[in-house]
Amino acid sequence: MNIKLKVWRQAGPKSKGQFETYTVPEANPHMSFLELLDVLNEQLIKDGIAPIEFDNDCREGICGMCGVVVDGVAHGPQKRTACCQLHMRHYRDGDTIVIEPWRAEAFPIVKDLVVDRSAFDRIVGAGGYVSVNAGAAQDANSLPIPKQNADLAMDYASCIGCGACVAACPNASASLFTAAKISQFALLPQGAPERKTRVMTMVDQMEAEGFGDCSNHAECEAVCPKGISISSIAMMRREYMKAMLG
Amino acid sequence: MSTVLDSKIPEGPLQEKWDNYKNKIKLVNPANKRKHSVIVVGTGLAGGSAASTLAELGYHVKSFCISDSPRRAHSIAAQGGINAAKNYPNDGDTVWRLFYDTVKGGDYRSREANVHRLAQIANNIIDQCVAQGVPFAREYGGLLDNRSFGGAQVSRTFYARGQTGQQLLLGAYSSLSRQIAKGNVDMFPRQEMLELVKIDGRARGIITRNLVTGEIERHIADAVLLCTGGYGNVYYLSTNAINSNATAAWRCHKKGAYFANPCFTQIHPTCIPMSGDYQSKLTLMSESLRNDGRVWVPKKVGDDRNPKDIPEDERDYYLERRYPSFGNLVPRDVASRNAKLACDDGRGVGETKLAVYLDFEESIQRLGRDVIEARYGNLFEMYERITGENPYEMPMRIYPAVHYTMGGLWVDYELQSTVPGLFVLGEANFSDHGANRLGASALMQGLADGYFVAPYTLGNYIASNKLDAADTDHIAFVEAEAEATDRLNKLLSIKGTKTVSEFHRELGKIMWNYVGMSRTAEGLQKAISEIAALREDFWQNVKVSGENSHLNKDLEFAGRVADFLELGELMARDALTREESCGGHFREEHQSEEGEAKRNDDDFTFVSAWQFTESGHELNKEDLVYENVELTTRSYK
Amino acid sequence: MTSRNPLRSPVGKKLITGITGLLLTGFVIVHMVGNLAMFSGSEAYNEYAHFLMSLGPVLYLFEFGLVAFFVFHIVNGIQIAIGKRRARPVAYDTYKSAGGMSRQTSSSRSMIITGVVMAVFLVLHIASFKFGPGGPGNADAAYMTSIDGVEMRDLAKLVEEKFSTPLYAFGYTAVMLLLVIHLRHGIWSALQSLGAMRPSLTPAVYTIGSLIGVLIGLGFIALPMAIYFNLL
Repeated sequence: MNIKLKVWRQAGPKSKGQFETYTVPEANPHMSFLELLDVLNEQLIKDGIAPIEFDNDCREGICGMCGVVVDGVAHGPQKRTACCQLHMRHYRDGDTIVIEPWRAEAFPIVKDLVVDRSAFDRIVGAGGYVSVNAGAAQDANSLPIPKQNADLAMDYASCIGCGACVAACPNASASLFTAAKISQFALLPQGAPERKTRVMTMVDQMEAEGFGDCSNHAECEAVCPKGISISSIAMMRREYMKAMLG
Repeated sequence: MSTVLDSKIPEGPLQEKWDNYKNKIKLVNPANKRKHSVIVVGTGLAGGSAASTLAELGYHVKSFCISDSPRRAHSIAAQGGINAAKNYPNDGDTVWRLFYDTVKGGDYRSREANVHRLAQIANNIIDQCVAQGVPFAREYGGLLDNRSFGGAQVSRTFYARGQTGQQLLLGAYSSLSRQIAKGNVDMFPRQEMLELVKIDGRARGIITRNLVTGEIERHIADAVLLCTGGYGNVYYLSTNAINSNATAAWRCHKKGAYFANPCFTQIHPTCIPMSGDYQSKLTLMSESLRNDGRVWVPKKVGDDRNPKDIPEDERDYYLERRYPSFGNLVPRDVASRNAKLACDDGRGVGETKLAVYLDFEESIQRLGRDVIEARYGNLFEMYERITGENPYEMPMRIYPAVHYTMGGLWVDYELQSTVPGLFVLGEANFSDHGANRLGASALMQGLADGYFVAPYTLGNYIASNKLDAADTDHIAFVEAEAEATDRLNKLLSIKGTKTVSEFHRELGKIMWNYVGMSRTAEGLQKAISEIAALREDFWQNVKVSGENSHLNKDLEFAGRVADFLELGELMARDALTREESCGGHFREEHQSEEGEAKRNDDDFTFVSAWQFTESGHELNKEDLVYENVELTTRSYK
Repeated sequence: MTSRNPLRSPVGKKLITGITGLLLTGFVIVHMVGNLAMFSGSEAYNEYAHFLMSLGPVLYLFEFGLVAFFVFHIVNGIQIAIGKRRARPVAYDTYKSAGGMSRQTSSSRSMIITGVVMAVFLVLHIASFKFGPGGPGNADAAYMTSIDGVEMRDLAKLVEEKFSTPLYAFGYTAVMLLLVIHLRHGIWSALQSLGAMRPSLTPAVYTIGSLIGVLIGLGFIALPMAIYFNLL
């Protein structure tokens, strides 16, 4: 297959970026989308052109390192799939694919398609934990947890922190990311002692990082590679009200 | 001149060694802990848990990772679970059984005392993780669920869907994040360790490259903990993440840390086969699939028919045929080697002929599609996403892939390498899995080392040694920085014609063909000379793009591949030296008449610990003494 | 722990927008039902209006509350819209909704536009009716009537006059269509903002919310259309 790529190139955080168009003449339908970029990069290196920088690591859809906007959709057209697991069999010979980085004030561009998502780490640092030191834990089975709560907590805990929710949100809100963590702990007895401060400090940090407000577009859930439900955002708001009312 | 290594195993009966050790170690005064700093390289299960725990204890920690966030470490990709002998299912599990299974599974090439400590600590890990809010699978009564995994005869594996590694890592990451926010840990993401700095023979710091700006930085501390994972990517294609590498470990090795059992590599049997030359990595599917899937190839060589059209009596269910009692559930090394044999026989399937079938048809008929979907739905989806084939309709095609490296830097009982002050944790060390790792025990080891072992042993080191005051202007830092900078400049200045990936792929082919699932003296010698030639070519002919002064992944990879080109040769050398077959190391010269691995306990019950010298590698040995278990032949017939 | 007002946070803003949104929805429903009184005749309509006016302080309290709800709702809405620009200063070259679970629609994207147009309309609407001829500070004997000996404002007359002109009839109808568009996303969104949603309920609530929006819109449009086309 012959695939044309229109890719955002930006030399550094302060540089002005622009689109460049490249052609990969021998794309294979079994290739993953990132392997297509690998092939292109190898071609660019040989031609003496700087390769396209993009973050990626596990290529199994779990590390959350990869993430680009493919033809206007975060992670591309396949549902519940990080772009590392998107395969070229979904495209046809002659297609043009537009590739852009996550765009958000809170995710400044580092280079080309690479962005800085450390804002997420700081949101977790603001309260996304249970304050328990190693060695202090009681027996694992001393606190029974209803299976449905544990399962739902796992749904929320499966967030990979890729940032697609922010990228896709028309407001660049980080509500889904923040709410998923808050909801995981809200459902577990281990999270109970700190639940009131947690929701307050994490929401504050989310705002301080410069993410937008939520408008309930639910676009985040639609692009989330793990399909995390916006019911977590509803739960975050309930937690918030409880905390506010004392 | 080889030396016999002292593993510093504590006195007393096996069950009491760890307590005896803890009773006797020196402690650091709590008020003094904050005056001591520790560098932790890597933020996976071992590094993340070590950094957070040391910070909780009061040490000042500097934590480094190559990713944009500590949460990305490749521990996150572990699917299956984590073992502990909690005996919640009441099926007769004990710490001793977990210890014994791990030693036996490692084909008697691991250190008894370490493995027993691991089995003891495993229970605390589960407690700790649950307390952190890790959402392990539960039963309807609200208590933790266990499953049997990797052919174990008891149910001792705790799991969080098929994402156990992710949940455990996020647990460690959350604890680490708490310490970062408190200011007890300085976090340095997107930094790659390029050199170890030794002052007066002790590990005192590291040289790093800021991967965003290219700046070379010097970091000093009282000790260095290396938690940088395994080196499976030496094979180019593996289930490891793209950025997983051996550079930090190899730099330490060249500064005096011995490298132990480098040839012990685990090849995992249930991976999605390669589809073409562009392939960048292989994807593992949980081996739980073998609980209900049947492995087969056509009986006839070159049988190209659609698998659906091959009648039952023309299929060879070779694992069931050769191992009637374990069948499809034989350990990983055995399953992998048999897949290779079938393909070498010309009976491989699929376009590349490098695959075997894993067929669920019979299970679907017996249990119904719903049951299979409930058990493996996620994996089936993943398979379909990658291959475009529906495994409910067509048998899966699988092939073994490099998954884990049991070898690593040599450490003693305290997890300290041969460089004082350099501790090595998790997959980066060699210690607990012998020649083959059992399922659900990598997560166990990483967290044991980080949460519960290193915090004690590091304290003992700091309390027992008075370090001279030094700063980053010390000549050792200047020299180490110059080494790192020179190497980068060299790589950039070659401006040859072959890309880094081309070299890496070539190395991978050599490694896979000669230092893979089945090895011969002749092949290994060939590998040694081919790798040496490739290495020479690399330093003459590699083309590295861009400059040092910006984000430059090509340059990062060039440095890593340069180190793989040295490590690969050492792996081949180690495999050549070990004249026996054990665990993941299968030498064709050493097999039984039935083609099974034949260990040589008389001559090889030792750890090979390779020392780097200017004139080449020298072999040192740590004799493995089995006082508690009897060495038997693993048989799965 | 935060020291500032928790209602100013991203979640607090949603709570305010949601609560005020639902209260305003309640208000427009009452208003719409009141309008329908016209279909029972001018007298019934005028008596209803007179009854409201006669509430005196209670009415002032309601009016004050309404103004406050509108102000909070509008100010928050504008802040959210400004924040959106700040949070993504560089727009995508290519952007589209992923579909599936997304609730992103022309409605959800245009909340600020439909909202601002309706706010402007609101001012004109109050000026022409509440403070129109016969209203407070605008005494006009021509717009007074007497029912059962009670002097009251002939609001029905004003309504009929206004809606007989195409500008008023169709302008009003157009704005009510915007209200339908606003409520299509708004009702569901308010419930989600208040944390009332469960995943299993979302599709049903979304549909019911849209339906309520349409019914409110139809209720409002009925009067001007009936007057303009002489169906009353």
